[in-house]
Amino acid sequence: MVNLQPYTDPMYFIILLLALLPLAIALYFGKRLSWYEVIVSLVFIFLMFNGKKYHEGYAIILFMIWQWLLVWAYTLYRKKSNNTVVFYVATILAIVPLFLVKLAPVAHWTHVSTLLGFLGISYLTFRSVGMILETRDGAIKEFNPWLFLRFMLFMPSISSGPIDRYRRFVKDITTVPDREKYLGMLEKAVWYFFLGFLYKFVLSHILGTLLLPRFESLAILSASVHHGWSWWLVPVMYTYGLDLFFDFAGYSLFAVATSYVMGVELPMNFDKPFLAKNLKDFWNRWHITLSFWFRDYIFMRLVFMMMKKKWFKSRLTTSNIAYIINMLIMGFWHGLHWYYIAYGLFHGVGLVINDAWLRFKKKHKVPHNKFTEVFAIFVTFNVVMVSFLLFSGFLDKLWFK
Amino acid sequence: MAVKEEVIEILNTIIGEDINDQLDDDFFDSGLLDSMATVELLLDLESKFDIQAPVSEFNRDEWNTPNKVIAKVESLIG
Repeated sequence: MVNLQPYTDPMYFIILLLALLPLAIALYFGKRLSWYEVIVSLVFIFLMFNGKKYHEGYAIILFMIWQWLLVWAYTLYRKKSNNTVVFYVATILAIVPLFLVKLAPVAHWTHVSTLLGFLGISYLTFRSVGMILETRDGAIKEFNPWLFLRFMLFMPSISSGPIDRYRRFVKDITTVPDREKYLGMLEKAVWYFFLGFLYKFVLSHILGTLLLPRFESLAILSASVHHGWSWWLVPVMYTYGLDLFFDFAGYSLFAVATSYVMGVELPMNFDKPFLAKNLKDFWNRWHITLSFWFRDYIFMRLVFMMMKKKWFKSRLTTSNIAYIINMLIMGFWHGLHWYYIAYGLFHGVGLVINDAWLRFKKKHKVPHNKFTEVFAIFVTFNVVMVSFLLFSGFLDKLWFK
Repeated sequence: MAVKEEVIEILNTIIGEDINDQLDDDFFDSGLLDSMATVELLLDLESKFDIQAPVSEFNRDEWNTPNKVIAKVESLIG
């Protein structure tokens, strides 16, 4: 049976572009073939979960019915009333499937993973929770089942983002870009596809498939005789970190390029993250749609609540606590393993230190020139690489397995 | 005091410098306003003008310059 995993082999791209061709021609002539777009999305999602992965196909249907009912019910409720408890219950219910799927491997519930898990569940959960939060705020007023399904099941970004926002997405799919703009988007799409090929099929292949396994086995071998430490951890760290970037950025470029062909301006996910001058700057450049989702829906809401209810006297305490909670939740979201949570904590504390440093710099005359800037980029890069080594779970394998 | 002056005063206090000569400058790009300061701004506007400006209504592209903030506040009051 045919199973097509998104953006994995040359055949996928050929089939994808052929399927999108009628859509592109129509957009060029100022028409949007909504029905055709939905059918293409559904067919590709079906192919993703066809064959051996059929159980994931059932899981996504189950998930969609659940979220559909939930967002619908909450919107209906919100028109009449606005109780905070109901809002929390709705949010928790939206997260429950993802939570169970993340808990399953730790609790050894294989049947739960099979029943509820599917590729992309985390990303779909973000979309749905985002809608509930905006409905709570009154930014989304109506539940439109058709637009809801199109938003949730937009094929280019279904497996791993970028995470779009409902109102932004709806603006795009209910209009048609003018010809000049659309041609500009196609031009960008071509460039992104080729850059993605370079990232994912050349660089990530060299780093992740050819080099990383060798460094890892060397590190394991040498650590077994040197009390868990090995200098091979250094190349493991850099290779893993760079591979993580090229693999994910390559994938994201494909998703954005595909959505541009479909006349939708999906937001970009990366902006030269390794040129970041500090950790805060890094999070404005790395996995941007995730980090901005956390900024807008968790960090800012948390700060808003803490400041309004005056939980802490100082603004500083408020922001520091919000940083740590924010990044810890991000850690937990990655999975319930110690190294993901440690990764979250690392970045939370990192942001607190970073903020303190920025304040210090503002108060005192710290020299600032080209050299210090390069040094700042170098330090940030290395701090980030250490955090990725933690994130990789390799230390877990090295020390506890 | 007119809405404009009051908004500018709030912005001056939060940012810590006089923004009268940069009313059309993007304060997110320049780094003058971060997420923390943004929340402070929303809370101050809320209490001063008795308007509701929830965080998710807050679209950065519509709030990124002092003049845009003034326009937003005026539309929310009116």
